[in-house]
Amino acid sequence: MIRYIISRLLMAVPVVLGILFVTFALARLIPGDPCRAILGEKATDVVCAEFIREKGLDRPIPVQFALYLGEIARGDFGTSFRTKQAVTEMIVERLPQTIELTIAAMIFASLFGVLLGMIAAYWANSKVDVAVMIGANIGVSMPVFWLGLMLAYVFALLLKDTPFWLPPSGRLTSGVTVENLTVLWGLAPGHTLYGLVAFISNLVILNALITGNWVALGDAIKHLILPAVALGTIPMSIIARMTRSSLLEVLGLDYIRTARAKGLREFLVIFRHAMANAMLPVVTVIGLSLGSLLSGAVLTETIFGLSGVGRIMYDSITARDYGVVQAFVVVIALIYLLANLAVDLSYALLDPRIRLS
Amino acid sequence: MAPSGLLIRKMDEMLPRGSSLWADTLRNLVHRRSAIAGATMLFFLIMTATLAPLIATHDPEMVLLGVENVKRRAAPCIHLLGCPPDQPQHLMGVDGNVRDFFSRMVYGSRLSLQIGFSTVSFAIVVGGLLIGAVSGYVGGWVDNLLMRLMDVILAFPYLLLAIAIVTVLGPGLINALLAIGIVSIPIYARVMRSSVLSIKEMDFVLADRAIGVPPARILFRRIMPNALTPLIVQGTLGIATAILDAAALSFLGLGAQPPTPEWGLMLSEERNQLFSAPHLVFFPGFAIMLTVLSFNLLGDGLRDALDPRLRH
Repeated sequence: MIRYIISRLLMAVPVVLGILFVTFALARLIPGDPCRAILGEKATDVVCAEFIREKGLDRPIPVQFALYLGEIARGDFGTSFRTKQAVTEMIVERLPQTIELTIAAMIFASLFGVLLGMIAAYWANSKVDVAVMIGANIGVSMPVFWLGLMLAYVFALLLKDTPFWLPPSGRLTSGVTVENLTVLWGLAPGHTLYGLVAFISNLVILNALITGNWVALGDAIKHLILPAVALGTIPMSIIARMTRSSLLEVLGLDYIRTARAKGLREFLVIFRHAMANAMLPVVTVIGLSLGSLLSGAVLTETIFGLSGVGRIMYDSITARDYGVVQAFVVVIALIYLLANLAVDLSYALLDPRIRLS
Repeated sequence: MAPSGLLIRKMDEMLPRGSSLWADTLRNLVHRRSAIAGATMLFFLIMTATLAPLIATHDPEMVLLGVENVKRRAAPCIHLLGCPPDQPQHLMGVDGNVRDFFSRMVYGSRLSLQIGFSTVSFAIVVGGLLIGAVSGYVGGWVDNLLMRLMDVILAFPYLLLAIAIVTVLGPGLINALLAIGIVSIPIYARVMRSSVLSIKEMDFVLADRAIGVPPARILFRRIMPNALTPLIVQGTLGIATAILDAAALSFLGLGAQPPTPEWGLMLSEERNQLFSAPHLVFFPGFAIMLTVLSFNLLGDGLRDALDPRLRH
């Protein structure tokens, strides 16, 4: 097992270098003056000369790449010319919200996807199955941003005075707040754990759980439902299709017939015997869907007025602060890589054939 | 008639009637309801796109302010459904710049189809026919290098890499399409490579090699035609994703620029009017969804029809 983990980690190294090289190359390909592309149109020649010397943009390309790798390794992803804020700071501030949204969408997608897929497979070729599969086909064809707007229209406007009303934007109702954990625990900036605690503090749901703030917890969850459903619909449909076909295949195997023949209750046949083997491809799809979730976050956060990483990318796009956009692309690609690594390792735990081969 | 002719005719009657792959596929396809549904929707879409000037009631980019007595973001007015005849008819209402929304929707179908076909053709030619075929046929370090490059592109979340590429090239429809084309190259490269790998070991290729057919001719004239099927299936499904992603880029302001009647852009222009003029948000998104759905249904149907394991 350890051997498998190490070999898998080593395989990730060239991909990380590749990701960094692609983003490095992209940043150098910006047409025109790199200085003014990063510092803005109004930068003077003196400022630009200084900037180019400081950033090493007058050095040979391989040296520049080495410098870039050094910066990334030190956790320096650059600074926004617009807000003068370091990208790392923005990550601590904004990433928790995106993580919350992505996890919520993933829970929604896997829970309902697997459930619907199982229903469709169990009653294969029935009306229920056809309905679920038509729904799944529509689901994968859904533009995330449109679905989000339509959900907001239905749940925030049409159902306004019913108990089903859900807020169309924001993270918490104004007036509802959560404690700042760094203040609560008396951590000063510069403390080794400051960044981590500030990060956790920004995960509103986790924060509310830690401090026992049930009002904020309920409010945060209520605000998260619509964005999570909008973002999770495409992966949910893909997961439902995958679960259906994978479970159908397994249900036709001999050992399932044996299990039924020996009089096992149907519930156990499906959940303990069939699902155990049908889940592997489903786990793959769940892992792969993370990429579309992280991409979709840019759209979903824009629609629902959430100020996560996606929103900051959108704002930076509109402000032409492209340095920040590219920095976040690197950050998200690295997160995606780590998550895929985790999925791969979890297979090895689920399926002994993989770690032994 | 000469005896040999008789014999041939007799043999011809004894043998089962020959059928080509495409005839089989077509026969299979018409038995699949979802594929028929997809093809029908697509047919109407293509008709709308081709006949756009005849269907549209107005010029899609003409501002009607001062031309007609119509308010900004007016709701749909259809005379047949009881809209007073003294009001000008607008089937889907009027947008924020007082342009007929129906005509913009109709012309939007043209763009949508062009986007889908052009990005996927680009990705198939570069990814499938060049990178994938060469990688699979040549093998060795060339294959290794190209496939590792594809791995790196696949390591990025799809839409985010497209966003990064557009920020470098500059916003605009053509650049957005190029970006989507580039990020979808690896899919076609992988599909083509695996087909080429399995076909190049087949006897007819070995026979070609034995009689000294030049490698390029073997690859392009003998292997490629046989490896196209999975690429076509992937391409049909790829058009769906390409349309969705192009709409997303336009929605973010990186794709089509105003006043182009592009559905994603139209949606983005009116998204703040969701509560006051929901029709302007509903129609473009619904059209994107239907277009994507039609390609998805057709692609799924094609895949099933071409899969020999699923033949009855």
